[in-house]
Amino acid sequence: MKKYQIFKRGVLDVIPLTIPVIPFGLIYGVIGTEVGLTPLMTFALSFIVFAGSSQIAFIQLFVAGASPLVMITSVGVINSRHFLYGAVLSQYLNKLKLCWKVILSYLMTDQAFSVSFLYLKKNKNKLNIHFHLLGSGFTLWFLWQVSTIIGIFLGNIVPEQLGLTFAIPLTFLALIVSQLRKIDHIIVIVVSGISSLIIYDFPYKIYVIISAFIGLVVSYFLVINTKKTEK
Amino acid sequence: MIWFWILIAGLVTFLTRFSMIALINPNQLSNNLKKVLVYVPSAVFPAIIFPAVFLDKKGLMLSIDNPQILGFLVAIIVGYSYKNIILTIFSGLISYWILVFLLS
Repeated sequence: MKKYQIFKRGVLDVIPLTIPVIPFGLIYGVIGTEVGLTPLMTFALSFIVFAGSSQIAFIQLFVAGASPLVMITSVGVINSRHFLYGAVLSQYLNKLKLCWKVILSYLMTDQAFSVSFLYLKKNKNKLNIHFHLLGSGFTLWFLWQVSTIIGIFLGNIVPEQLGLTFAIPLTFLALIVSQLRKIDHIIVIVVSGISSLIIYDFPYKIYVIISAFIGLVVSYFLVINTKKTEK
Repeated sequence: MIWFWILIAGLVTFLTRFSMIALINPNQLSNNLKKVLVYVPSAVFPAIIFPAVFLDKKGLMLSIDNPQILGFLVAIIVGYSYKNIILTIFSGLISYWILVFLLS
């Protein structure tokens, strides 16, 4: 297949997964405006960071008056799942030039990873397969930027009384809703959530980091224990 | 100053994507660490969700019949049943609006 055809394949493969991305981008744009960020800042986060949930966490902590270190650490922890994607994809991308690695890294998201990983695995001996990730990544990037911009405009129209900042916790809930049927995940969710309520008054909004850390420690023990029972 | 931190947030995010692809030997990631990374959303997001739902602006617990808490419960039930991102968000928002309207 030609480069262009592989690119197109990536675009088509990711399209079904972009359905929730557009309203999510709209909500992000509206929230950014609603909490008082300038339109340029709201857009800059989408352009520079390009990772929805961490962008919302960033603006939420920013308006709450969190210390910048807490904001940056939260962004890093939320996006640490990318380590996993990179580790899985690196075997297919390690021969590429550095500039390709930079571009594909910038474009890598949950959705692009999940469709392009399947394609790369299936076609690992073929040439130019990275154009699939370019296609899926670019499609998502483009839709995210456009929906952010539309959301910013909508944010200026929707009245403040609607209380749209309540969409922030709902959005994060929606992102873990598929884990609500797994008892191990529920344990982690409840422990992290309750600890955040208990230590909420700690300075610099550090509760986010401490609660996440406690949640990850619990996860670690769960991982070790399931291993034992498997034996 | 906020612009500086936006750039840093972008850089940190880029490094989470780039490091495994380009810098580090991916085999250095232990199996246990890979498994723990799967739990990252379940560990981080509740710390953002719970205070935003259960506490008021001063950090005090809201009463259980607050529209926010009830809207949140609706969203959990809908999310659990349908596993749909957009449906979860809007079921919570709409029931919240209805309750605010009814109670005002």
